[in-house]
Amino acid sequence: MKQNIPRTQPRKSATFDDYTLSEIRRAAVSGIYDIRGGGSKRVLPGLDDLLFLGASMSRYPLEGYREACGTDVVLGTRFAKNPIQLKIPITIAGMSFGSLSAQAKEALGRGATIAGTSTTTGDGGMTPEERGQSEILIYQYLPSRYGMNPDDLRKADAIEVVVGQGAKPGGGGMLLGQKISDRVAEMRNLPKGIDQRSACRHPDWTGPDDLEIKINELREITDWEKPIYIKIGGARPYYDTALSVKAGADVIVIDGMQGGTAATQEVFIEHVGQPTLACIRPAVKALQDMGMHRKVQLIVSGGIRNGADVAKALALGADAVSIGTAAMVALGDNDPELEKEYQKLGTTAGAYDDWHEGQDPAGISTQDPELSKRLDPVMAGRRLANYLKVMSLEAQTVTRACGKSHVLNLEPEDLVALTVESAAMAQVPLAGTDWIPGKNHD
Amino acid sequence: MDMLDLKELGVRGVNSVLHDLSKSRAKSYKINNPMGQHSIACGLDAPMQIKIEGHVGFYCGGMNQHAEIKVNGHAGVGLAENMMSGRIQVSGNASESAGATAHGGLLVIDGDAASRCGISMKGVDIVVGGSVGHMSAFMAQSGCLVICGDAGDALGDSIYEAIIFVRGKVASLGTDCIEKEMRPEHQAKLKELLEASSLQADSTEFRRYGSARTLYNFDVDNADAY
Repeated sequence: MKQNIPRTQPRKSATFDDYTLSEIRRAAVSGIYDIRGGGSKRVLPGLDDLLFLGASMSRYPLEGYREACGTDVVLGTRFAKNPIQLKIPITIAGMSFGSLSAQAKEALGRGATIAGTSTTTGDGGMTPEERGQSEILIYQYLPSRYGMNPDDLRKADAIEVVVGQGAKPGGGGMLLGQKISDRVAEMRNLPKGIDQRSACRHPDWTGPDDLEIKINELREITDWEKPIYIKIGGARPYYDTALSVKAGADVIVIDGMQGGTAATQEVFIEHVGQPTLACIRPAVKALQDMGMHRKVQLIVSGGIRNGADVAKALALGADAVSIGTAAMVALGDNDPELEKEYQKLGTTAGAYDDWHEGQDPAGISTQDPELSKRLDPVMAGRRLANYLKVMSLEAQTVTRACGKSHVLNLEPEDLVALTVESAAMAQVPLAGTDWIPGKNHD
Repeated sequence: MDMLDLKELGVRGVNSVLHDLSKSRAKSYKINNPMGQHSIACGLDAPMQIKIEGHVGFYCGGMNQHAEIKVNGHAGVGLAENMMSGRIQVSGNASESAGATAHGGLLVIDGDAASRCGISMKGVDIVVGGSVGHMSAFMAQSGCLVICGDAGDALGDSIYEAIIFVRGKVASLGTDCIEKEMRPEHQAKLKELLEASSLQADSTEFRRYGSARTLYNFDVDNADAY
């Protein structure tokens, strides 16, 4: 007699989950690693794991909409004759013309200018559109030196020496041939249609001692007028920050692994570098140990999404934050209204990350003239400005609730952590306790 | 010719004078006592003649535009880095990364150049009277690198469209760099550069190297080359 044995529920492996299986199959057919844009997509300890305490018996809150709460910041006060004055503590991160369309670069400049903040060039040099529309423009000085020239250097308001970025600390880049239009090719002094490698090391300096000399050269060329930023990926935040100070930085930008890239190997994005949350306190500690906190300003980037993130980064000791991916979304990237077109590309709105392929239906990460035309720089710039405004208002709301009259008055004592991991990384107490892992051991 | 004493003025003082584009400034300067200091005469942006009497440190003539700079001595790292136009000549040797990423103009090194000479060059012409170190013309994009002596290992690694002329021995070629036929137009260009540099060398003794262009677009079948 056949027994009616109940079957167990089919169970998928946590180790070999659907994504992993699909990646194995893709690799087996293609023979090449996966390349994509964006930053880390995995679940990481992050700023969401922190909470503000707000005012109570021992703290007076400020009256919302009535009592002033400042958001202005000054960057580059250490050596430069002309520091950068921003109305809000949120800047636009470096993104290249080449990886982004000219319309997108223009929109970033427009939005940042309306909001009273800066935008940043990227690999490939400065375009007239972004200089024309950006009241405050930071000029990136990258290993490839594509498009680098002294005229643009002098037109910039500050110079950002890029040592690394959060998505790929220790990595260079590759702009694939399909995005190398005539204009991109001309700006980079290379033939149209060939892959353009962006080197991982600068060609004429090695290490912080050389970098100090390089920075002095940049200061000499620009007559010591412009602040010099150093951008580092979130690798060894304490020592990298300390060495950046030693090398003469006016401003340090530290970019965690949630920070985006135009195109990098998936394995690099997800397995090299540290989460943004883990980078902030070591960087701040390095500045404090050297007596340079608030003298050399710290910008934090990598997965900043809203005013709460801004306020938390500032409370942990940053002077400002920088956004890249979020700014692209504000322009129109991954919009559900384009779902049908994303599906044609084998993806879905919210997951589209093949920015290197140049087929972006939103007209942002593309050089296709027809696709690029879809992005109206004026409208997109307005959306970015609105978004920046909302982030600032949110940061002010939280700041007032903590009883502070300026966002830079936020401090770690305003925060608690929801998890042991985030408490250890942020060096703030675990919620409901006075325990800071790694700090007070008794 | 106006005299500038770097010992007295410092690098900032000297460069401030050279950056002054007012009509009353001199058209030629002699810089004494450079003392191996860094960033001397960088960021120049006008036609002028500069003569530096002694050795210079890093980044001499960096990002030069239009000016003609002569160094009577040796030069440190990054000589004429990112030069856009003009001419820079050193009578002695140059350290690493001479002419790095330079877009235009003519760089002449009478002596030897260390490693990575012409790294990522983007249009400059470089003439070296002696030999160059390893990884010279690494990722070189355009322009010509003329080497009257020998070349070290991995010459022209990952080269794009730059042209390399070598009279002596090449220790080894880098990835995707090959010897190419020396056609009449290349002979003509080489002769022109040798004449412009005032270096004595017979252009018929040189060989030409450039990109095989096999790595211009990523191909997994070339993975061993990456």
